[in-house]
Amino acid sequence: MSTIDSAEPGSEEAERRSDKANWATSGRLRLNAAPPQGAINLNVDGRVVTSPIQGFGKMWQKTYRVRLSSLAASPEEVIREWKAHFPTFWPPGNRFYGPLTGLVPGDVALLNLMMPGRQKLSTGVLVLYADEESFTLMTPQGHVFAGWITFSAFAESDETVVQAQVLMRASDPAYELGLTLGGHAQENRFWEHTLTRVAAHFQQQGPVETSTLCIDPRRQWRRAGNIWHNAGIRTGLYVATTPARWVGTGMRRIVRK
Amino acid sequence: MAQATVSMTTRRVNDKTSIIDIKGSVTAASEPVLMDAWAAASTESTRSIILNFEALEYLNSSGIGLLVTLLVRANRQRQRLMAFGLNEHYRHIFDLTRLNDAIVIHDDEPAALAAAQAG
Repeated sequence: MSTIDSAEPGSEEAERRSDKANWATSGRLRLNAAPPQGAINLNVDGRVVTSPIQGFGKMWQKTYRVRLSSLAASPEEVIREWKAHFPTFWPPGNRFYGPLTGLVPGDVALLNLMMPGRQKLSTGVLVLYADEESFTLMTPQGHVFAGWITFSAFAESDETVVQAQVLMRASDPAYELGLTLGGHAQENRFWEHTLTRVAAHFQQQGPVETSTLCIDPRRQWRRAGNIWHNAGIRTGLYVATTPARWVGTGMRRIVRK
Repeated sequence: MAQATVSMTTRRVNDKTSIIDIKGSVTAASEPVLMDAWAAASTESTRSIILNFEALEYLNSSGIGLLVTLLVRANRQRQRLMAFGLNEHYRHIFDLTRLNDAIVIHDDEPAALAAAQAG
């Protein structure tokens, strides 16, 4: 028998933290409000979240960090502002339609993402977890990756470290191919841009440190069937058939008159 | 990064099965403690690692991520992960994050040991 210790379990701090309110209650996505005009609302309602266990591709842990002077903001201030202004930190061309009240556990946001080749992708995320120093978004079936992103901030010496950490597998073989052929680099640029914007919000500049760790180099071929839910393919089909739907709607109106 | 507030004790039940008793909070800061405990619990013949959560005080989303990472490492060593002692709230979290697809949850230690023996 061996014991490995860190600090003091059973401490007051640990007991103080009751975390039921920090977690979503359901893993099935439901949009509570009508999406804004112009947003493509596909592949969200009724979808179930997927962890890396349900994904297909290699499993990656990607960590993006930027360091702020602790005088600029405390970890709690960073997370409060990040939640409140989350969509504004995203790169242009990508839209996050979340609740106006900020991000609380159980919230669902609609995402319209710009993929390589300027293809649009409609998907969503669930706010799985949120507290004063972190929040986590989990992806549903059909998303590019199965997993979650945890946004956190913590104090380290005289700095506040702002971090986004992705734990993911590509959801299906098509996404795995796309990630291998430049998708990972695009995702890195996405989060590096976001962290740069978060730092700028606090009048700070700093290089974003990116580290990538392959947790599992194997692909889970038994999950290849996830491609049925592929939000990119479904959004592409939806966009391609839009003229036909317009014609159909117009015809129905004429017939009714 | 915040200091971890967790301790883990490993017990080798037999050649094939070990138990890791977890006491405290499982967060991102727990990674070295958890991975050291897993290393201590593992031998070449170990096929089942059972996580005892009876004294778990707190688990956040980073802690769930750690368990996924542990699962991958254990599977690579041809080990299965099992768990017992989760309260209703954390059972729900395992269900919500779909961790229970891969980590079988048992009611108590005898049930987990019986499953390890049977497997």
